[in-house]
Amino acid sequence: MSDLEKFRAETREWLEANCPEEMRQPVREDDDVYWGGRNATFKNDAQKAWFEAARDKGYTVPSWPKEYGGAGLSAAEAKILRQEMAAIGARPPLSSFGIWMLGPALLKFGTEGQKQRFLNEIARGEIRWCQGYSEPGSGSDLVSMQTYGEDKGDHWVVNGQKIWTSYADKADWIFCLVRTNKEDKYKGITFMLFDMAGEGVSTKPILLISGNSPFCETFMDNVEVPKSYGEDCPGYVGEINRGWDVAKYLLGHEREMISGMGGGDRLTAIGTAMTRHAAKNGDEIDPILRSEMALFDVDALAFTAMAEKFMDEMKAGKGHPAQPNMMKYVGTEINKRRHELMMSAGGSRSLEWESEETRGGKAPRDWLRTKANSIEGGTSEVMLNVISKRILELPGG
Amino acid sequence: MPLFHDEDQAMLADSASGFMAEEGNISKQLRHWRDRNCKDGFGHALWKQMAEMGFTGMLVSEDDGGLGMGHVEAGIVLEEIGRNLTPSPFLTSSVLAATALGHASSDLKGRYLPGLIEGESVFAVAIDETAKHRPSRISTRAERSGNGFKLSGSKSFVIQGASSDMIVVAARTSGSDEDEDGITLFAVPKDAGGMTQDPVRLVDSSMASHIKFDGVELDGDAVIGEVDGGREVLNAMLAAGRVGAAAEGVGVASGAMDMTVDYLKQRKQFGKLIGEFQALQHRAAHLYSEVEIARAATIKAQQLLDEGAPSADLMTSVAKSKVAKACGLAVKEGVQMHGGIGMTDEYDIGLYMKRDRALAEFLGDAYFHANRVAQLSGY
Repeated sequence: MSDLEKFRAETREWLEANCPEEMRQPVREDDDVYWGGRNATFKNDAQKAWFEAARDKGYTVPSWPKEYGGAGLSAAEAKILRQEMAAIGARPPLSSFGIWMLGPALLKFGTEGQKQRFLNEIARGEIRWCQGYSEPGSGSDLVSMQTYGEDKGDHWVVNGQKIWTSYADKADWIFCLVRTNKEDKYKGITFMLFDMAGEGVSTKPILLISGNSPFCETFMDNVEVPKSYGEDCPGYVGEINRGWDVAKYLLGHEREMISGMGGGDRLTAIGTAMTRHAAKNGDEIDPILRSEMALFDVDALAFTAMAEKFMDEMKAGKGHPAQPNMMKYVGTEINKRRHELMMSAGGSRSLEWESEETRGGKAPRDWLRTKANSIEGGTSEVMLNVISKRILELPGG
Repeated sequence: MPLFHDEDQAMLADSASGFMAEEGNISKQLRHWRDRNCKDGFGHALWKQMAEMGFTGMLVSEDDGGLGMGHVEAGIVLEEIGRNLTPSPFLTSSVLAATALGHASSDLKGRYLPGLIEGESVFAVAIDETAKHRPSRISTRAERSGNGFKLSGSKSFVIQGASSDMIVVAARTSGSDEDEDGITLFAVPKDAGGMTQDPVRLVDSSMASHIKFDGVELDGDAVIGEVDGGREVLNAMLAAGRVGAAAEGVGVASGAMDMTVDYLKQRKQFGKLIGEFQALQHRAAHLYSEVEIARAATIKAQQLLDEGAPSADLMTSVAKSKVAKACGLAVKEGVQMHGGIGMTDEYDIGLYMKRDRALAEFLGDAYFHANRVAQLSGY
């Protein structure tokens, strides 16, 4: 038996022993997955048991090095773990922006001290992070942001407002873009890390058209951000005034993540399920709708092949570096179209906003939520700009 | 297997791309033969050169004297054929007919395969009977007669039928028109008595025949595969041809897109390069995305077909449908973005539009295959 086969067998055995049956059900609500943090509570005992087992094994962040709370898995081993978890429908033991966003930034740009402290806290689910990027006046044109940190020697005093900070009301710490030099647009931003429990930070949830409030406004009113949290542990990532490099790296990462959300089952064909569902309710799919679903399924299945090709090329270091922008553009547009068709197929039942049968209006709320897919993390229009400039090399500023 | 070309395939792509750009380019082939009103619509010398390159017999097994390569490799050649709009018998002879002959008796193989591998012979396939591709319905009949068969009926859209030494004909030997079973494939030689061809030039300057079979007498050994059991061979042939047509379409789309993006970087209006206008940039970027996805679907289908995976059938229709849509977009945007000169015969972009139209129709268009995706998915 090869090492990888052995690893697969062990992984299967470990999952069998440690992933409770309740944690092998599809994720329906946000709190079906544990997000960690100072104020976090477990929804049930199974969630707690699954999180703790994964944490102790390093499987909340399987490919991070062991000294930072991971399991130090190779790319091949991590893929096997993903496959084995998918095979039993295991939920992620821990989700967080620390895992998806700050972690990768620290792994690339962080100091040893920062990695020791912050990565371990993330891996163990102790601190929940949120991301402070956009501002009311700086959406697509993010680099025009104004939140300002005045240099006071060993600390900054930060004033300003962030918007679209996901789950800021539930977060403990924030990684935040702050202007530290007003003279230089790009080389005047610092990627700061600070505790939101400190003086002067407040948040206010934004009610969305879906009726949910996953995003907040975050206000900074004379917030003191230390330049250091101890030896080899600065209060910022990378260099002072070079936070844009970190932000750009993370935006690329975020685009991959958003486009990759379809990597699983979310972007596969819908015609079969919708037709079956309609039949169960005594409905018939209109032939023109069937045609639309068939054309959609062609696009969705073709995009699945694209996602596979994209991942294969990334792993092999091939493919255009700006390709994640194309993936983000197409992936999100397909997801929006998918939910439009699901709404049509569902008829008046998919209009129900509160009924129990519709699990609290999941269909219309999800449909409305997808409209943000092509806005957040770079709009479709910005993606098209990037493709035309960087891949097609079309002229103009 | 990763969804990109391995080293050997990348080398093949390099040599195919160099060869086709040099020898198969538009002025040397498509325009050359079209402007001479050539009755074949392609050049036999190029076919011979393609044999010397090892292309003609690439899908023929090594036991039968070919290279025993797969659909990924055939697709590499087809993509270059598409990019250069190279008229050639490759898709019909080396992909469709070669796939059928792979199921034939050693006698038939011996009769036809050496000529194909040498680039001496050209083969056609006769499947369609009406103007829309509908292989589930086959009315052309072959009745038992003595030791052989008598073939009656008609076929259309037989590409290069009049130039071919042999035509693979799908006919019914039992059952009714819509039956799955009861199909038999025949290798009909060009001089078969009772076969009349009406060759017509198509919009893309290729030649296609309407063929009438009026009691064409065939020996029993003209049967490819089993009598009444031809559906399986026909399906294999269709899968190979559809994936091949998708690969050619990716080439047509890429050729049209590259040409158009180049034009956006050269043409000036209002004192600017037109590629500076965001209205055109976004359309070009959208087109790029569609072509990339069509390419991914195609290589996925090729790999699945080479692996003999059960899902190959579904992915083949996904690829054919997606490519037809993406390639259609590429040529339409191509002509529009070229403006007035896009409407002239002198510029090549219009030739891409014509080829796309014929290729999209061949072996089922975007709608046929989207419908097939729905059917295979069970709705």
